[in-house]
Amino acid sequence: MRRRNLIASAGATALAAPALGAESRVLPAELPEGTRAVMAFVDLPGKRRMLRLSDRPPNYATPVDAFANPVTPNDRFFVRYHADGVPTSVDLDAWSLTIGGDAVTKPVTLKRADLLDLPQSDVLAVCQCSGNRRGLTVPHVPGVQWNDGAMGAALWHGPSLRDVLKVAGVKQDALEVWLDGTDKPPSQGIPDFKKSVPLAKAMDPDTIVAMSMNNAPLPLLNGYPARLVVPGWTATYWVKHLNSIEVSTKPLSNFWMKTGYRVPAGMFPVQMPFTSQMTDANWPITEIVVNSIIADPLEGDPVDRAGFTVRGLAWDRGNGISRVEISLDGGATWQDALLDKPLGPYAYRQFRLKVGLQRPGRLKLMSRAISGSGERQAEVLKANPGGYHNNVPRPIEVVVG
Amino acid sequence: MRALIVLAAALSCGPALAAEDPLPLRPGPGSELAAAACNACHTTNYIIMNSTFLPAATWKAEVTKMRTAFGAPIEDSIAEQITAYLIANYAAN
Repeated sequence: MRRRNLIASAGATALAAPALGAESRVLPAELPEGTRAVMAFVDLPGKRRMLRLSDRPPNYATPVDAFANPVTPNDRFFVRYHADGVPTSVDLDAWSLTIGGDAVTKPVTLKRADLLDLPQSDVLAVCQCSGNRRGLTVPHVPGVQWNDGAMGAALWHGPSLRDVLKVAGVKQDALEVWLDGTDKPPSQGIPDFKKSVPLAKAMDPDTIVAMSMNNAPLPLLNGYPARLVVPGWTATYWVKHLNSIEVSTKPLSNFWMKTGYRVPAGMFPVQMPFTSQMTDANWPITEIVVNSIIADPLEGDPVDRAGFTVRGLAWDRGNGISRVEISLDGGATWQDALLDKPLGPYAYRQFRLKVGLQRPGRLKLMSRAISGSGERQAEVLKANPGGYHNNVPRPIEVVVG
Repeated sequence: MRALIVLAAALSCGPALAAEDPLPLRPGPGSELAAAACNACHTTNYIIMNSTFLPAATWKAEVTKMRTAFGAPIEDSIAEQITAYLIANYAAN
């Protein structure tokens, strides 16, 4: 059975012959057996060594080794689509962004040059799929069985959404901002992936229409030529291939708002309630819960008995990270990690801990973070039907040689 | 060997995405119906990825969701056979 945990497939070996420990090699044992069977390393146009969850629609995770750094390269950045129908090429001259809806004074169509004429912002922010770690959630729930890799952080660049909306003029009675992209489902029965954010989040200066990512154009599979960036909120709102914005006096009512992406009411407290989309039973998933990941060493790696360094990342909804603790014994005892310089409230905070001489054997490494507002990672899974917001510290085993 | 083929396809494909190379579905009554219906919109690897942990009732609900929320044009009698196939082959033991 152990062989099933290894991603040492012919494909992976053919791509590179990495030094042991330099690349993710072991898939978490918690992943469903079928998930481990379909996962494989693949290269894609503009992407290398991604972990395939599905080819159609395209869903590819970032291998955990990429999280040894606080900025995720574009060619390792995760890919997530709900439906086939991803644009395979974009004509920039033909591309435009329309701003309309019943709560604007003057509907407009903006070209790329118009957006570049607006003041530009830079935000270093974590983009995390709502379902990140769903596959590690036991008991399992249906959906894309992501490991830890449905996330990444990039330096996003573009005009603030509020400045874009100002061009069209926002009326006093605006309630939500509706967002749509050019990717369209292959059959008419599949609901178009259209999302909304409350006006307050839309007017946050850090919410931007990103036209570049890490100082380069967005990769096609990450939303070229423009995507919404909603720092602190899960990636479901970060609409890719953005070409239509409506400012509305009404709540958006569709599958992706009312049925999908919901969490039980009150289970995950939020700072900015999305009131127009909340019911007594459930709320839309919005703010990212505090979380952390160890990216070096990797699960299954050998470590030096003379000592080694544990490195990883912690992140949250935008309050920043105040403390990260590391356990070497599966959570029995904890010690403080050193935190690197903060790179911004929505960025990853890198942590590290130098570990001294160890006896030969196995160590169970864990990390747990506390945010600037005192939020802690859950000790017990808050089970919910979507498998969302799993931030329970997870032991990874390494071998002291 | 399979992974090698995936890799070759990924590197040589013209459009944006990797060529699809799903694992074979388990043989059995209803497998061809399931492959045809599910393949219309997504890779059949979605089924394998979601196995084997779902209770029978959840597989039934998934087929219903595909028909109601996602508009899959599957007739009742076909849906029943697909559901039975998924439960027989991919439900929790």
